[in-house]
Amino acid sequence: MVVGDKRRARTLLGARLALLTVGAIVLIIPFAYMVATSFKQNTLVLQLPPQFIPHRPTTANYREAWNSNQFGHYFLNSLIVATATTILAVLLSSMMAFAFARFQFPGRRLLFGLLLIGLMVPTMMLLIPQFLLARDIGALNSLWGLVFFYTAMNLALNTFLLRSFFQDIPRELEEAMVVDGAGPWARYRKLIMPLSRPALATVAIFTFLASWDEFVWALTVINDPSRRTLPIAIALFQGEHQTSWGLVFAASLIAIAPVIAIFVTFQRQFVSGIASGALKG
Amino acid sequence: MTLSSSPSQTGLIGRSASALRPITRSFSRRRRKDVIAAYLFLAPGFALFALVILYPITRAFQISLYHWAIAPGTPSEFIGFGNYSKALHDPIFWRGLVNSGFYMAVTVPAQIVIGLAIAVLLDAHMPARTLFRTLFYLPVVTSWVVVSLLFRYLFITDGGLFNWFLHDATHVTGHNIDWLGQRWTAMVAISILGVWKGVGWSMIIFLAALQGVPRELKEAAAVDGAKAWARFRAVSLPAIRPVVAFVTILLVMGGFNVFISVYLMTQGGPQNETQVLLTWMYLQAFSFLDFGYGSAISFMLTLIVFALSIVQLRLFRRPSEAV
Repeated sequence: MVVGDKRRARTLLGARLALLTVGAIVLIIPFAYMVATSFKQNTLVLQLPPQFIPHRPTTANYREAWNSNQFGHYFLNSLIVATATTILAVLLSSMMAFAFARFQFPGRRLLFGLLLIGLMVPTMMLLIPQFLLARDIGALNSLWGLVFFYTAMNLALNTFLLRSFFQDIPRELEEAMVVDGAGPWARYRKLIMPLSRPALATVAIFTFLASWDEFVWALTVINDPSRRTLPIAIALFQGEHQTSWGLVFAASLIAIAPVIAIFVTFQRQFVSGIASGALKG
Repeated sequence: MTLSSSPSQTGLIGRSASALRPITRSFSRRRRKDVIAAYLFLAPGFALFALVILYPITRAFQISLYHWAIAPGTPSEFIGFGNYSKALHDPIFWRGLVNSGFYMAVTVPAQIVIGLAIAVLLDAHMPARTLFRTLFYLPVVTSWVVVSLLFRYLFITDGGLFNWFLHDATHVTGHNIDWLGQRWTAMVAISILGVWKGVGWSMIIFLAALQGVPRELKEAAAVDGAKAWARFRAVSLPAIRPVVAFVTILLVMGGFNVFISVYLMTQGGPQNETQVLLTWMYLQAFSFLDFGYGSAISFMLTLIVFALSIVQLRLFRRPSEAV
């Protein structure tokens, strides 16, 4: 009887694993094929039957993408924009979250409500008025203009996530600091921020990836080829070289390598960040 | 006051003392200081938010009422709801609405069913669980630009992986399909990408929700001898119902907002056959420079999405959950 149960549980687990493996393979095939194509000579990218391990692999696509097609430069642009956005957005949203989590002040509910509206409105709806705004304040065609807008676009969600984390920090710790004569800025910097490292890491990762991958806004406001970020550079490159798939995917993999590295390293923050955002929201 | 006691004790004492004390001058001064501090903490972030998000929200509707003049300084002509009636008489607007709706109708149920199935499979002690979770989530973290180009490549008529599989390898189809060259096959291809990219997201949220279902509940049902499927329907599904509602609402929103994949896979072509609402909006605004008409389209899209969300909130709310 007990042996039978054990065997049944074993078969069940086996079935689970088999189904999951099939699913994972189906999901991974497109990636595998992209990697394979990026190592193929351009004349072979549409050759059938498909070669998942290229016959004569070459790294020429990577070298060409990085050097003669400026992707090294675009990579740097993306890195500057995403890093600056992350620093600014985390700083500003943690300050706002601190105010919402720890202070009573007139207009608190109203301001928080406005923030939530910002979360709900589809970003594309604001594209046209934001474009006009960017033109009026001279933020077109500049990397700092991108940073300015990306920071603003990430504030609502970050503040929302950080506020709920800050609220869970015991008030007693802070009151002890008040007794010691510590002002709000000292409490924010020496208590709230150090205690919130995991939450700050989560929002920092989300912000970095969102600005690293952002496409529509950059496509709309950047005209100058030297200011392109990776997503628009890749899309426009593909538009200009319809059949150079090897090059396109080499550039694509250069662009997604940091994302995947960050994701695999900080998996836990990812999962908990998404889940807590969803389950609390 | 000396700090011989532990911080938490001090805090407790401090709090009860201030609760008992009548509002003294020093207390109210502290309060005023706190209010000022709060505003100072809010000011830089909120000013930026107001300028870049709130102000454009108020402008979005306003622009849609004008025949908008692009050049700064030139006056725009107020035309009331002219841009909206233009949309209602524009066959491509309607086609875009149907195409966006088709994408939503295909991708939302698929992402929920497949995402939930994977989550249920993963909700157990097993080897390589983290590995599976990572693999299924990989498409979610990959940029839309990259996966759109990737799927464009996979759906190439002669030499694409999909046609090779369907025609050469399995002979399901008698010839190579021109996936991206016709309206419905292109919409199917774009939807397949949407599902492939999205299942990992719904899976992660469902998995987190399932793990929150008390094990005793699941085990009690197992002792009752309930079959796995009946057990799932009776115990787990009701427990994660609010999460299913949340995921559905967000997916419907996202479905109607489909843009990048269409823009990069078909550009709305051939002959505008695969335009969705947002590609049509983008073309109107940034190729034809008709900002008024573009704003009207995005405003209607927003209204549709909000209306759908409200309907869903009603549908998902059971009498017992209504407060």
